[in-house]
Amino acid sequence: MAKTARPASEAGPRPGHELSNDRLLAMYRVMAFARAIDERCLSLQRQGRIGFYVPASGQEAAQIGCAAALTDDDWLFPAYRELGLALWRGVTFRTLMDQFLGTSADRLKGRQMPNHYGYRERNLVVASSPIGTQITHAVGAAMAMQRRRAPQVSATFFGDGATSSNDFHAGMNFAGVYRTPTIFFCQNNQWAISLPRERQTRSATLAQKAEAYGFPGVVVDGTDIHAVFDAVATARERAVAGEGPTLIEAQVYRFGPHSTSDDPHRYRSDADLAEWKRRDPILRLREELQNSGTLTETGESELQDAIRREISETIAAAEGAPPIDPATLFDDTFAQRTPRLEEERAEFERLVREGVIRP
Amino acid sequence: MTEMTLVQAVNRGLFEAMRQDPDVLVLGEDVGVDGGVFRATDGLINAYGAERVIDTPLSETGIVGTAIGMALYGLKPVAEIQFLDFIYPAFDQIVSELAKFRFRSGGQYPCHVVIRAPYGGGIKGGVYHSQSTEAYFCHTAGLKVVIPSTPADAKGLLLTAIHDEDPVMFFEPKRIYRTATGEVPDGDHRVPFGQARTVREGEHVSIFAYGAMVPLASEAAAALARDGISAEIIDLRTLVPLDEAAAIASVEKTGRAVVVHEAARFCGFGAELSAILAEKAFYSLKSPVLRVTGYDTPFPYALENVYLPSAARIEAAARTVVREG
Ligand SMILES: Cc1ncc(C[n+]2csc(CCOP(=O)(O)OP(=O)(O)O)c2C)c(N)n1
Ligand SMILES: [Mg+2]
Repeated sequence: MAKTARPASEAGPRPGHELSNDRLLAMYRVMAFARAIDERCLSLQRQGRIGFYVPASGQEAAQIGCAAALTDDDWLFPAYRELGLALWRGVTFRTLMDQFLGTSADRLKGRQMPNHYGYRERNLVVASSPIGTQITHAVGAAMAMQRRRAPQVSATFFGDGATSSNDFHAGMNFAGVYRTPTIFFCQNNQWAISLPRERQTRSATLAQKAEAYGFPGVVVDGTDIHAVFDAVATARERAVAGEGPTLIEAQVYRFGPHSTSDDPHRYRSDADLAEWKRRDPILRLREELQNSGTLTETGESELQDAIRREISETIAAAEGAPPIDPATLFDDTFAQRTPRLEEERAEFERLVREGVIRP
Repeated sequence: MTEMTLVQAVNRGLFEAMRQDPDVLVLGEDVGVDGGVFRATDGLINAYGAERVIDTPLSETGIVGTAIGMALYGLKPVAEIQFLDFIYPAFDQIVSELAKFRFRSGGQYPCHVVIRAPYGGGIKGGVYHSQSTEAYFCHTAGLKVVIPSTPADAKGLLLTAIHDEDPVMFFEPKRIYRTATGEVPDGDHRVPFGQARTVREGEHVSIFAYGAMVPLASEAAAALARDGISAEIIDLRTLVPLDEAAAIASVEKTGRAVVVHEAARFCGFGAELSAILAEKAFYSLKSPVLRVTGYDTPFPYALENVYLPSAARIEAAARTVVREG
């Protein structure tokens, strides 16, 4: 049966999973950075300076608590709402801005909408938009890790809505059968666009779905970074010990719109949001750090100033970067351009010369 | 008649169908309380209730599979797939089941489901909110494939689809959801399948288009007219069944053809139409048929304007076929 991980404040984390104040401060910095990036990018989108944005606000402790409990060798298979993972893995805001803008420096060559990124050297696999498809990939990678006897795990990130997808069930089933070193990290942010969690499934918890596939599922308070870290560290230990997968349901709330194309006022009340905001993961951790004397008032305001400065400078620099070379469109469909793609590229270049296309 | 946008016409069509027939129901992701991410189903839930306007879990397989079951039982489900790009979890249900129920049961089990999906680029949607993959469905025997380009056709073709006897894939050009505006007949309004619409008559070249490419073709025709080239524009409207007679008659008149679609070129709908013209209008053709299409790459984000056909590209192709023959 799905178990609710004990709130860290009551029982405390399992031995070895305690977080030092220094570690917590490092996590807090990334969380605060993520929140500030969200706020700025939402306003950049409103001003028409980026085309689209998916905020992750409210989910920072879940994402960063999880990423911190993994090693950099573990492979992450994210969805599109995983800013905290990218930042924790060391992806710079500049790299992300180049992706949001589709500049010539964008590592994905302008191919994808903002937030759908991935960086091979960070073991952060590139995201796509279709819901749930990454889940089976994570299981396959874990099967490959087993075959190579690698001391790694794969972790996949998805929402409450994704638990209705084909790939969730296929992936959970394979993982159970092959006892793969996989962590299924579900961020239940209570909404799949306008559909509330209770209309997504009749199951009492999402975590309990693991039981049917023969492995443990746990519910954690995703606003409590200690609880998240503890649950993921435990799941990782199980995975590398050959004990198989774990499904973790981190209960959070999506503070913002689903994306900049969405108006949540059409389907949800501000009252719920206000209730959850009292458990804002960033405020919770800040208060803890202040109570332990790890973060002072001046420390906090210096941090916020530094974040603001870095964000402004990075945006200015990225906006000044040259746009992507349009001829790159014909690369990467295949390893080598086929004769047909060569022909289309030549046609495109002729149309540019003739002034028909002004890229 | 009322002036409205294309997406409002879809909405009006759904209201009208639900008013006409209590067996009509709508299901899909975010179609109820939210009114659809493009607002195509706005207000339906207030008018007809959650039993007939069903917000489903996030499962396209579930949406299409259950719609098939409802249709077998006798209802008239209109399923919405939020973006055509997300239809693939349901592909098995569509190509293996929906398209073949009537045939494989020797006619015992007709399976009349309408699947609506916004399609196409031009909204900065990148790889997965832009694709135009009508050809997969045209290639599957047993599915009708409809793509309106005007508000009046959107309503009229949708009502025809809902009252048809066969499965219908109804693809809506989301790029012109709000820019295509026009007068739409009130109440019941049907536009028959298999009849192309002549958008503009011309003598020198036939431009075949559908969906969001139709207004671009009109723009190109206006530019060509300034140089004395008279282009005829045919809006195909239904790809299956196709109005072959209209396509052939137009080419018999003009002797030249340009086929436009935003989908990739290779094995796209233009290949079929070009083949039909080669088979059935060969001796009328004065120059090779040209296609103006997306390239044979996945759909890009930052370079969508490079990828997508433009009025200028259509115009250039039309000038080429006129010059060469
Ligand atoms: C297969 C598929 N169907 C529909 C969509 C459209 N869509 C994008 S996000 C979303 C809701 C996802 O909800 P959830 O899994 O809870 O993740 P969240 O966005 O809340 O993080 C939907 C329906 C999609 N991207 N893919
Ligand atoms: Mg969600």
